[in-house]
Amino acid sequence: MNPQDIAKEAARLAGEAARLAQHAHALAAAHAPAAPPHPFTFLFATFVLACFVGYYVVWNVTPALHSPLMSLTNAISSVIIVGAMLAAGFSLSGLSSGFGFIAVTLASVNIFGGFLVTQRMLQMFRKKK
Amino acid sequence: MGETFTALAYLAAAVLFILALRGLSHPETARRGNQLGIAGMAIAILTTALQPGMVLGGYGLIVLGVVIGGSVGAYIASRIRMTALPQLVAAFHSLVGLAAVFVAAAALYAPAAFGIGRPGDLHLESRIEMSIGLAIGAITFSGSVIAFSKLQALMSGAPISFPGQHKLNLGIAILILLLILGFVISGGGPAFFWLVALFAFALGFLIIIPIGGADMPVVISMLNSYSGWAAAGIGFTLGDLGLIVPGSLVGASGAILSYIMCKGMNRSIINVLLGGFGSEGGAAGPAGAADRTVKSGNADDAGFILKNAAKVIVVPGYGMAVAQAQHSLREMADTLKAQGVEVKYAIHPVAGRMPGHMNVLLAEANVPYDEVFALEEINNEFATADVAYVIGANDVTNPAAKTDAKSPIYGMPILEVEKAKTVLFVKRSMAPGYAGVENELFFRPNTMMLFGDAKKMTEEIVRALKA
Repeated sequence: MNPQDIAKEAARLAGEAARLAQHAHALAAAHAPAAPPHPFTFLFATFVLACFVGYYVVWNVTPALHSPLMSLTNAISSVIIVGAMLAAGFSLSGLSSGFGFIAVTLASVNIFGGFLVTQRMLQMFRKKK
Repeated sequence: MGETFTALAYLAAAVLFILALRGLSHPETARRGNQLGIAGMAIAILTTALQPGMVLGGYGLIVLGVVIGGSVGAYIASRIRMTALPQLVAAFHSLVGLAAVFVAAAALYAPAAFGIGRPGDLHLESRIEMSIGLAIGAITFSGSVIAFSKLQALMSGAPISFPGQHKLNLGIAILILLLILGFVISGGGPAFFWLVALFAFALGFLIIIPIGGADMPVVISMLNSYSGWAAAGIGFTLGDLGLIVPGSLVGASGAILSYIMCKGMNRSIINVLLGGFGSEGGAAGPAGAADRTVKSGNADDAGFILKNAAKVIVVPGYGMAVAQAQHSLREMADTLKAQGVEVKYAIHPVAGRMPGHMNVLLAEANVPYDEVFALEEINNEFATADVAYVIGANDVTNPAAKTDAKSPIYGMPILEVEKAKTVLFVKRSMAPGYAGVENELFFRPNTMMLFGDAKKMTEEIVRALKA
């Protein structure tokens, strides 16, 4: 074997190895579950802090506006539409898109209805002339 | 659209939601608060729409859903009468609950859309969080449907109880926990998922049916809280801070309102949830009450007393809302004010069928909000008032709450109307209020009963005042 053939053979083997490595990588990626987007502790810490913020902010709401508070928070909880949009938007499975679509519709009723009825209520609160 | 940008946008939305709630600390800043809330929601929705990987057909579905749902919501919200506000809010809560169920189902069948694993092989954490979010969502849905039906009078507002009710509920709750365990161990089997949903629906239904109509302020507040926790639960499932923060704000808000409502009735949340309150009917009350003398008068008598007063405090209750008397009430106040009488309104925390309901009804009748006061703000003013005009309220004025340790309403904070020089009590009959107790106020020498429909009586008084 002349040096040229050896070099060619080596290059071929290297190429093969690279392909194998790539394949292995793809296989690993396909099989090992990807890490969750955020570690649970991080989500939980945010959750607890948000509860505290909510607690202190809501105690400051005047009792006269407890009804608007309820309809406003109701509209805010419809932020669940975010999850519904992902399900409907990616269209990965027919079933999932269908559920996503229903959830988007339901949450939209709430978002538009909730903010609008809150605005209607608040328009009525007038000062003494 | 990088992950960092998405996270920052969701953070901005969360801050706007917090500022929206902050705005509600005063009527003057409240409208602005609501607009900030709308801005927050718009940011959250747009950011989600810009996520990479969305397909054209998907956008079509989203737009279609928003158009259909949005028009329905806007139509209902622009038409609804303010007296029907409690059932509207209950209905809206049910939608959030149901949406949470469907989002959880979507995540079960296409977990890759949310990066939480593959069908049949979900991450352990996601399985736990998904089943909890699902259960809360389902309970919120069916519970709110019952609350809606009671408020809308589609079913009787009376408590529905049967033997072994609480044991049954407990059994179902344990079954749900076992099914969740099964769901988690099985790696996310759809059969377990739907069984959890089914039994959680049943539990929500069973929890609310024994609770009576006048306890609805607590129920609505509690379901408000649940709808927030459901959103937060789904947020955990999807690992999405954009859901967790708003969800916990709402959850905290509803919990505080439930607490305030319970305190307003001096009852524990457990006591309310066990239900059956006031179901004994009007049998209670001291024996021989029928023999005691009651002073009753007509509109002319009331007009005369009101005209000669310097200060009048109006105490409206749910009965005023039922009779739609708020507009004639405001007319009466205007007439009195024109004659130099000072008029104020006193609102008990649990007046109406949802927190703050009475304030909205008065605001709708153009009563300025700075004439309307909460219990702790105005209670010591009754002693200096010439007239307390009680219309459609009963239990919240009963002095027995302070004196009679055996009374079911003992310990409940009350509006101390008995301290006013004269109490004018508008009522259709001598029937006891929701708690089923006789109001000893009726027999006091400084009380004058005005028997009749709240609206008609008030209109007649207005005529008498103007005569």
